[in-house]
Amino acid sequence: MNNVLQIVWLIPLLPLAGFLVNGLGRNYLSKTLIGIIGSGTVLGSFILSCWVFLQVKDGNTHVAEYFTFMAVDKLVIPFAFKVDQLSSLFLLIITGVGFLIHLYSVSYMHGEKPGHYGRYFSYLNLFVFSMLLLVMGANFVILFIGWEGVGLCSYLLIGYWFKKQEYNKAANKAFVMNRIGDLAFLIAIFWIIAKIGSVSFADVFAAENLAKLTQTDVTVITLLLFIGATGKSAQIPLYTWLPDAMAGPTPVSALIHAATMVTAGIYMIARSHVLYNMAPLTLNVVAYTGLATALLAATIALKQNDIKKVLAYSTVSQLGFMFLALGTGAYVAAVFHVMTHAFFKALLFLGSGSVIHAMGGEQDIRNMGGLRKKLGITFWTFVIGCVAIAGIPPFSGFFSKDAILLSAFEKSPLLYGVALFTALLTAFYMFRLLFITFTGKFRGTEEQAHHLHESPLTMTLPLVILALLSFAGGWIGVPEVIREGGDKLTAFLAPAVASVPHEHPVTHSQEYFLMALSTGLVLAAIIAAWLMFRNYQRKEAAGLGKVLENKWYVDELYEAIIVQPLHKLGGIFKSIVDPKLVDGLVNGVGRAVNYGSRQLRLLQSGQVGSYVLLMVLSMVLIFAIQFFLRK
Amino acid sequence: MPIFSYIVLSIALFSIGIVGVLTRRNAIIIFMSIELMLNAVNLMLVAFSKMHQNAAILAGDLSGTAGMDGQLFVFFIMVVAAAEVSVGLAIIVMMYRNIHSVDVNFLNRLKH
Repeated sequence: MNNVLQIVWLIPLLPLAGFLVNGLGRNYLSKTLIGIIGSGTVLGSFILSCWVFLQVKDGNTHVAEYFTFMAVDKLVIPFAFKVDQLSSLFLLIITGVGFLIHLYSVSYMHGEKPGHYGRYFSYLNLFVFSMLLLVMGANFVILFIGWEGVGLCSYLLIGYWFKKQEYNKAANKAFVMNRIGDLAFLIAIFWIIAKIGSVSFADVFAAENLAKLTQTDVTVITLLLFIGATGKSAQIPLYTWLPDAMAGPTPVSALIHAATMVTAGIYMIARSHVLYNMAPLTLNVVAYTGLATALLAATIALKQNDIKKVLAYSTVSQLGFMFLALGTGAYVAAVFHVMTHAFFKALLFLGSGSVIHAMGGEQDIRNMGGLRKKLGITFWTFVIGCVAIAGIPPFSGFFSKDAILLSAFEKSPLLYGVALFTALLTAFYMFRLLFITFTGKFRGTEEQAHHLHESPLTMTLPLVILALLSFAGGWIGVPEVIREGGDKLTAFLAPAVASVPHEHPVTHSQEYFLMALSTGLVLAAIIAAWLMFRNYQRKEAAGLGKVLENKWYVDELYEAIIVQPLHKLGGIFKSIVDPKLVDGLVNGVGRAVNYGSRQLRLLQSGQVGSYVLLMVLSMVLIFAIQFFLRK
Repeated sequence: MPIFSYIVLSIALFSIGIVGVLTRRNAIIIFMSIELMLNAVNLMLVAFSKMHQNAAILAGDLSGTAGMDGQLFVFFIMVVAAAEVSVGLAIIVMMYRNIHSVDVNFLNRLKH
């Protein structure tokens, strides 16, 4: 058992080493070497993660303490890693999907200049490192370090092409939005320290410590943690950075959306499920926020014309589903969906990257069409991804989404209805994307048509692997009703996290009916998409479509109610407060000293008589003080 | 003779010295005023010394050494004053040679 502890620190250390080597040697190493180092370190972590997975498979959990990270009075924060079922599952997702994305990047980014190529891979490795730190940390502070790390890396990677001002703005937006959430998270940590006096998961979630918390404490802490999660995992109201994060290279989008970053919020809430179980109010907030986000993002995705934007909004929507699951107490379903979503969303993003690569940088699906013939592998893997996300059995998305829908149904039929409608929309917009991109006539330029080609093996290989995972990845969580003992995931995660059973579980016949209903409706949505978009003709959106195309004008709303007033306030500070108050104060001090010294200078007259007079006067003064003031 | 009279006399002499230093511009007179202040202090010291000696004798100590240190101080002050006067007068002579005056108010070059 102890050999886990002896080697587990290597898992995050390898990508960190890759980051250092690639980052420092970016101008000296060849591209091949950079690619090998970048991917190899993550592959190494993946192999170690598999080994760790085998160690914890039977229900062992370990905490490895390395050194004291911080010690203030009674508060001691160790640098410690927690290795349990939840973190080992995330380790597998992060390093596994992360490795495929690295592999894919080797070809995708090959056109970059050598120095930038090295910079790209070093950021990518740092991203993986931060995420690993996040899921392995055994206390909230280590988790927070990783949390900040992924925020930083997303900023660096979204703004990777820093010569475009627009991309820099997107990077800033992502960073600022994340900071808002981070602040809430930080306050939550302080609150926990103030009330419990420790940040280790083991201490915080211990029953005797939880008893110290009042209901208000629990509600506020969980709400603050949830606000932190809305920033990182792109929920209302802090979701707008994620679609803009498309400014980064496509593999980065895949990394942010599938393996890392956005799943951080889900992980954190699943990790703190003990607290959340004590706060029914927060759970409701989580569920309804998730549902609203899922619905809003799905409607926006209906009308987007940028291939990556559609996928971005679909990510936001799927994250909403995961939060719905968390909010209804189905933690395992949420983690399950994180996993299947990592497979098919990475697949879809890398597929879209392959399309963009073939189209020479074109991202507007209105200029695509008929790509099926030229991009065979990409097309078929993309189909698998779409089917998986739409939720057709036996593809992976079906099982995880079904678990979420079931939990929503048990909580309330209203939640279920909206969630089912959102699932319909999901199927519709994904297949709209598929049909517009791959079927019908080619609508691009002659040059693009000539340039069309299938991507090289290092790009298609990850696609095929991810397609297989998207197909079969859900089988570890087959509901009990279909196969006895089929839900291996719940059994596996049981020592770390367990869903809350509902008061009125559904009967088997009901469950079959719900599955059939969702599958039938999804199929109908796919057929509708096929009828509408198989021969897509470009036309301008109007009415509601236009509102959706403009994302419900949420960005404009934020601009008007937050950004503009802040700019105004900044203007006021710039024109009044700074020149008048701050400059006045600073210059005033200088002027006062200047004036005072000019007056003092008059004392030094050079007249011996005046010096003597001053001497005598001060002596008299000192005597007077001696006499009258000292007791 | 009560000690009070000595104190009054010394304060008077000392004050005359201070006023002299402050008001006169002639360097030699300032010098004399300083000497006056020094001697006022000397007088004070001797008077107190004597007072302590008498008190000790009345208390039964017949050795006559009590309060001697005050008188010792007086000797030191007289020696220092003599040295100071010789240096000071030399300065005043040099001053007179250079500016043909002993008025201290002409000597304000320290200002610059």
